Amino acid sequence: MSVKNFISMVSIFVFSLSLTACGSKEESVKLQGAGASFPAPLYLKWFKSYNASKPNVQVDYQSVGSGSGVKSFIDRTVDFAASDAAMKPDEIAKVNTGVVLLPMTAGAIVLAHSLKDIPNLKLSRDAYIGIFMGKITKWNDPAIASVNPDVKLPDAPINVVVRADSSGTTNVFTRHLSAVSKEFEQSVGINNMPNWPVGTRSKGNEGITASLMTTPGSIGYIEYGYAQSQKLPIATLQNKAGNYVPATTASAAAALASGQMPADLIAWISDPDGKDAYPIVTYTWMLFYKKYDNQAKAKALRDLINYGLTDGQKESEALGYVPLPAEVVTKVKAAAETIS
Amino acid sequence: MASISTRRAELRAEAANWNPGQIWQPPTQAQRWYDVSFRRLCFAFAVFTIFLIAWLVLEIAFRAVPAFREYGLNFIYSTTWDPNKARYGILPEIWGTLYTSLLALIIGSLFGVAAAVFLSEGYLGEIVFKGLRVFNLQFHPIWGKLPERLELLLKNLIELLAAVPSVVYGLWGLFVVIPMIRPYCNWLHEQFGWFPLFSTTLSGPGVLPAVFVLSIMILPTITAISRDALVAVPPKLRMAAYGLGATRWETILGVLLPTASRGIFGGIVLGFGRALGETMALAMLVGNANRLTVSLFSPANTLAALLANSFPEANAREIPVLMYAALVLLAITLIVNIFGALVLERAAAKAEAK
Repeated sequence: MSVKNFISMVSIFVFSLSLTACGSKEESVKLQGAGASFPAPLYLKWFKSYNASKPNVQVDYQSVGSGSGVKSFIDRTVDFAASDAAMKPDEIAKVNTGVVLLPMTAGAIVLAHSLKDIPNLKLSRDAYIGIFMGKITKWNDPAIASVNPDVKLPDAPINVVVRADSSGTTNVFTRHLSAVSKEFEQSVGINNMPNWPVGTRSKGNEGITASLMTTPGSIGYIEYGYAQSQKLPIATLQNKAGNYVPATTASAAAALASGQMPADLIAWISDPDGKDAYPIVTYTWMLFYKKYDNQAKAKALRDLINYGLTDGQKESEALGYVPLPAEVVTKVKAAAETIS
Repeated sequence: MASISTRRAELRAEAANWNPGQIWQPPTQAQRWYDVSFRRLCFAFAVFTIFLIAWLVLEIAFRAVPAFREYGLNFIYSTTWDPNKARYGILPEIWGTLYTSLLALIIGSLFGVAAAVFLSEGYLGEIVFKGLRVFNLQFHPIWGKLPERLELLLKNLIELLAAVPSVVYGLWGLFVVIPMIRPYCNWLHEQFGWFPLFSTTLSGPGVLPAVFVLSIMILPTITAISRDALVAVPPKLRMAAYGLGATRWETILGVLLPTASRGIFGGIVLGFGRALGETMALAMLVGNANRLTVSLFSPANTLAALLANSFPEANAREIPVLMYAALVLLAITLIVNIFGALVLERAAAKAEAK
């Protein structure tokens, strides 16, 4: 092969390469998202596997917390956001192109503790409310001992660990406690960072997990996935029907099924009724604009939502999340069609 | 101005009349321009630094105005932080900040200054030479340098402590320090629970672990600056003290430390500044509980930790409140630094009067 031939071949090759590069450039879409840290592991997995099947769509998600996510969404610095606390009506009013709130996955919040030799600790509603209000301070308190007749509870103080930072998890947990107890509602109330009457405070789910692992006799609320991955013992909780239900994907799914999904897709299951329902569960939402200037983006987002609702739901269980009930998926799919 | 411009004209005239045989040469236009621009650049940087600080303070103060109007000074001496009821007070945080920093400072300066004395007064040399004497190796030119080298190595090792990220200190505190000191603390509580310092049990994060880790974090600052100050003490003072029959102990306490006190104190003030502002390690170790407590084992909170925990998800209502808290933290740091500078000046004046 002569040098001339070689050069022409190379130039043809380079030319064709540049052509294909131009071709894919037209379709390539980059999506920016930010928000809740609770579903972040699942979302990141979705985006990664979605990108593997559709290389031209690249999704970048920053897990900065629900509050910051909503803020960036209102400021329009992102294409979509995620929030554990959906959006408040006054926040929705600030977005003039309209918003679409879609529950994408759900999770359970568990009471993990450090009593390694009591893996099946049961807590009645009075007991766990009492613990988080600072009324029950010893592990062998009659309120705990009476429902755990078979185990020997230590005569040790209960070290309550709560979140130090503002968090959607705390919001969901205090919402549940407020639904159960009027007294809690009036003294502490529903908040991202309430004035807890007891406990040491740690930052983030990982901070609480670390505290639970190092502090003897401690109890704290974390997402199911964290407790599962660190193999922390999880308390079995009494639900509204009076049954003691362990935290499993099935019992959390039962809790989701017991609630009705309203038209705006913002459902709070603060205290589910079902017989087998685990008491503390929550949906978590993705936030989209109703109208996008860039049609390619809108199309990619619709496709992404569809992926999350179909294949994505299958990945949730392994990471400690709860798949959405089929009826909810249908409703969310219909709502996703309104994004344009 | 007139004199400067006439001087310039003179210089220009001299430059024009310059004779190549002369050994001196007036600055050329380019040299002068270079000089002036360098001077102006330095000035600009200095002004910029001051401007940056002023801007920072003003910006924070400006944003804190709504909170200041709503809560006034009550903010500083009330004790509840309850976003639900919109009641905000930071007395526990102010107390926690000062309490942890002061305790850490006491421990840190004790060890820091002691380490500085050890590294500058030839103790290491003594040990090394005693060791070498056993092998009859004392007077070799290579061994002779050994103590100095070791001193330098140890000094650098201590300074390396400053390079450890604070989140690493936090993790170390959480997984190593707390489990290590817990049994002793709880023993102290059982035996001396009536004593206010030991009035609670240590479950996990709390004041004492925070103080321990904080004192290690400020140690390098104090050691490095104190050692430099001690090394800078003129050798004749040391010799004079020994000559007068002072023991080593008396020389160190009576002559060296007072002479170097200015530098040592400067190091301590810098360390205190670092302790006040330390955020990450404290947020992990102090327990973040809004409690006004003197117990060493109880969880508490500091201003920096409060800010770090609350800012990421703060809403429009909370931001002014947090800005106000930041302003208080700035004010505390400023007061500490001014106070430090004043004490330093008085100490220096006293030393000169002697």
